[in-house]
Amino acid sequence: MAVVFVRPKRPKLARDPWAIQFDGDGHLKHLLTIEGLGPEWVTRILDTAESFLSVTGRDVKKVPLLRGRTVVNLFFESSTRTRTTFELAAKRLSADVLNLNISTSATTKGESLLDTLHNIQAMQADMFVVRHDMSGAAHFIARNVEPHVSVLNAGDGWHAHPTQALLDVFTIRKMKGEFAPLRVAIVGDILHSRVARSQIHALNTLSTGEVRVIAPRTLLPTQVEKLGVRVFHDMRAGLKDVDVIIMLRLQRERMEGALLPSEDEFFRLYGLTPEKLAWAKPDAIVMHPGPANRGVEIDSEVADGPQSVILQQVSNGIAVRMAVMSLCMSGREE
Amino acid sequence: MNDIMNQTYFAQGLDIDHLKPPEGCRPGIDCERWIIRGARVIDPASGQDAITDVFIDKAGIVAVGQAPVDFVSDNIMNAEGLWLIPGLIDSWARLREPGQEHKATIASEARAAVAAGITTVCIPPDTDPVIDTPAVVRLIKRRAQLAGGARVLSIGALTQNLEGKRLAEMVDLKEAGCVAVSNLLKPLENLAVMRRAMEYAATFDMLVIVQPQDRALARGGCAHEGAIASRLGLPGIPVAAETAAMAQVLALVEETGARVHFANLSSARAAQMLEQARREGLPVSGGVSAHQLFLSEMDTDAFDANCHVIPPLRSLRDRDALLDAVARGVIEVIHSDHQPHERDAKTEPFPEAAPGISALETLLPLALRLAETGAVGLHDALHRITAGPARLLRLKAGGIAPGLRADLCLYNPQSAWTLETQHMLSHGKNTPFIGWDFNGQITHTWVAGRLVYRQRIGSAPGLA
Repeated sequence: MAVVFVRPKRPKLARDPWAIQFDGDGHLKHLLTIEGLGPEWVTRILDTAESFLSVTGRDVKKVPLLRGRTVVNLFFESSTRTRTTFELAAKRLSADVLNLNISTSATTKGESLLDTLHNIQAMQADMFVVRHDMSGAAHFIARNVEPHVSVLNAGDGWHAHPTQALLDVFTIRKMKGEFAPLRVAIVGDILHSRVARSQIHALNTLSTGEVRVIAPRTLLPTQVEKLGVRVFHDMRAGLKDVDVIIMLRLQRERMEGALLPSEDEFFRLYGLTPEKLAWAKPDAIVMHPGPANRGVEIDSEVADGPQSVILQQVSNGIAVRMAVMSLCMSGREE
Repeated sequence: MNDIMNQTYFAQGLDIDHLKPPEGCRPGIDCERWIIRGARVIDPASGQDAITDVFIDKAGIVAVGQAPVDFVSDNIMNAEGLWLIPGLIDSWARLREPGQEHKATIASEARAAVAAGITTVCIPPDTDPVIDTPAVVRLIKRRAQLAGGARVLSIGALTQNLEGKRLAEMVDLKEAGCVAVSNLLKPLENLAVMRRAMEYAATFDMLVIVQPQDRALARGGCAHEGAIASRLGLPGIPVAAETAAMAQVLALVEETGARVHFANLSSARAAQMLEQARREGLPVSGGVSAHQLFLSEMDTDAFDANCHVIPPLRSLRDRDALLDAVARGVIEVIHSDHQPHERDAKTEPFPEAAPGISALETLLPLALRLAETGAVGLHDALHRITAGPARLLRLKAGGIAPGLRADLCLYNPQSAWTLETQHMLSHGKNTPFIGWDFNGQITHTWVAGRLVYRQRIGSAPGLA
C-alpha cells in the first residue's frame, strides 16, 4: 500500500521566533529582544539615540514625535529606575504616559495577565512598556495585543532587557568608537541576568572582537559559550587586555540557593576592586546596569572612580529609549 | 481483571454514533456479531499481516480467516482497502474527571479516544479525589460505562492521597480494577517509603509506574537545561533530574524485585540506563510520550506555551536516542501523556502556562508517522501502542487473534487530513501539532465487539 509522506507544516511560530518584532513591511514594531534585529537596526537605533542626546541638552527638552500617543508603563515587577527613564523618554517625545504597577498578587487573584491586558488596551493605548518576572512575558503580550499596539520589553524574567543592552552599547560606542577591536568582559551572575543575555546579543550583533563572561560555574547558564562568549572563572585571566568591564548586580538570595558560599568570598574572587581593575587595559571603562551593591560586586572606589561610566549610562538611557519608542511608532500611519 | 472478556462496558452506554443495535440482541451483552471482510489485518503481537476476514462474537474475536462453524453474522463490514488494527491502549492519559471537569470529562475524552482509535485509556491517580480507594475506581468505571467510548482503567495511588507517607490500600485497588500503582511526580517522604511500597506491590504482583524526576533538581524548571533555555532565560530541568531519580529506583528494583515501568522518559541517558537494567534482567520497562519522539527543545524557541511539557522537550540527541530505543524495543510503550487544558491555562507566559499537551488524537497519527519516515518499522510502531502496553498491563487485548477481546479499529491509510483545533473532539485544544498533515484516519472503532465509532462519510476526522 503506497504511503505518501507529507512533510509537516510547521507552525508559523517556530520558523522565526523573532519575526514578531517586525510588521509586514519589515519595520520595527515591538522590541522584545536584541535577537533578530541585526546590525542595521541596532545601528539605526543608536544613531537615532545620538540625535536625541542633543534634545536632552536643550532648555526645552521636548520633541513632538509622539504627541497624542499614549504610552502605558505596565510593570508587574517593581522598578523605579527603569520605569522612570521610560516615563521621561515618553514625556520628552510628548506622549501621554500612564504608569501601572500591577503586583503579581493582583494577577493571582484570578485576573489573568490576558484580562489585565485587554482592560488596559480598552484605554486606547498605543504602546506598552512591559516588565514581568517571567521569561517570555513580553513575547506573550506582543502576541496577544491588538495590531496597533507596540510592545517594548523592559525586562522579562531572565530572558531579555533589550533597551538596557542598547544603552550599554551606545555608551561603549561613545567611549570607544569601533566594536571590532574591543574585548568586553561581563562579570557576575550571568545565569539570572536578562541584562547579560541582551548585552551578549547586542555586542555580538555589532561584531565585538571578543565577549567574555567571568563567573563561577554556579552563576553561568548551561552551554553559555553557545551564546557566543568566552568563559572565564578567574578575574585575572578574564580581565587581561579587556577594554570594557560590565559588572552585574548580585542578588542576596543567591546565597540561599546554594549558588555561592558567601558575599565575602564572592567579593574576594569577583568583586571589582582597584587592584583587579589594574589587570584590565589602563583605559578600560567600568559599567554597571545598576543598582550596584557596593562591597558585593563592586568597590566604591571603582564605582565612583575615573574609569566608571555608570552615570553616563543612566543619562544615555533616556536618549536610547526615546529612539526605540519613536522608531517603533514611526512605522505606522497617522 | 482476569475476566475482562465477559465484562460489559456499555450496558447502559450511550451509543455515541447513534447506531441501532441489531434486532433481538441485548445491547452490549451478547452482541454484536460482526464479520469484517477483506481488510489488511495487522496483528503486531504475532507479526501477522494479511488481507483476510475477522469474526467477532460475544465481545471477543472468535476467528481470523475461516468463519467458525455455524457463525451467523448480524453485521458485515466490507473493509477492502482499509487496515484492521488492534484498538490502541494508552497507558498514561489524564481525562481530568473527577475533579477538573472544566478541563475535560471522562465522556468527552473517552469519545475522543475511540475516534482516534484508542479503545483503552489508563488514567493516573492524580484526580480529585485521588484514586486511592475502590470507591473512586468504581466512580470512574461507572462514568466511563455511561460515556460509551473507550474503556477507562484506573492506575491507583502508591501512597495515600499521593502524600508519599503511608501506603495506599493496593490490594483493594487491584481488586477494584486498578492495573498499576503510581505516585506520579509527587515525592515520597524518603527512599525507605519507596522501598516498602515497592516490596508491598511486589508481594501482590502489582506493577509500579514511576515518572522519574528528582523534585529538588527539577524545582522551578520549565524547560530542558540546555542551550535554548539558557538563551531564553528559562529555568532549566537538568537531565540528571531524570537519571538520578531513575538510578535510585533501579537500585530498589534490584533489592525488591518489584515490576517497575518508567513512564514519560525524556533523555538519551535514561534510555541507556533502561537498556542496561533490562540486559541485567531487572523487571523494568519504559514508556515515552509520542510528542517526545517528534519535538525537541528547538520547539520551545518562540516561547510556545503548547511546548511546555514535563518532563521537558530535550535536545535533538535525546530525541533521536528515544526514537532508537523505541525502534529496538528497549522502550516498549508509547503513550499519549494526554493532558487537556482549558484555553486560559495556556494563555500565560511560558513558565506560568500549565504543562501538558492534549494528545489523544495525535497518538496513532504520530506513531504511524514513525513508520512512514522509516524511523520505526510499521509493526513495531503499532506494537508500542497496542501489544506493548497490553503486555505491560496484562490485558487480554492489543492483538488480533481468537480469544482476545474485540477491541479493533479500521484505518484508512489514504485519507489525508490536517490537525485543526475545530476538528478536535477532546475538550483540550492545547497541542503544538496543529497544522500538521497526516495520511490516514480511523473510520470505525469497536470496543469489546461493539461498534462505538464510525466516521461519517465525507466528514472531517472525529466529527460524529
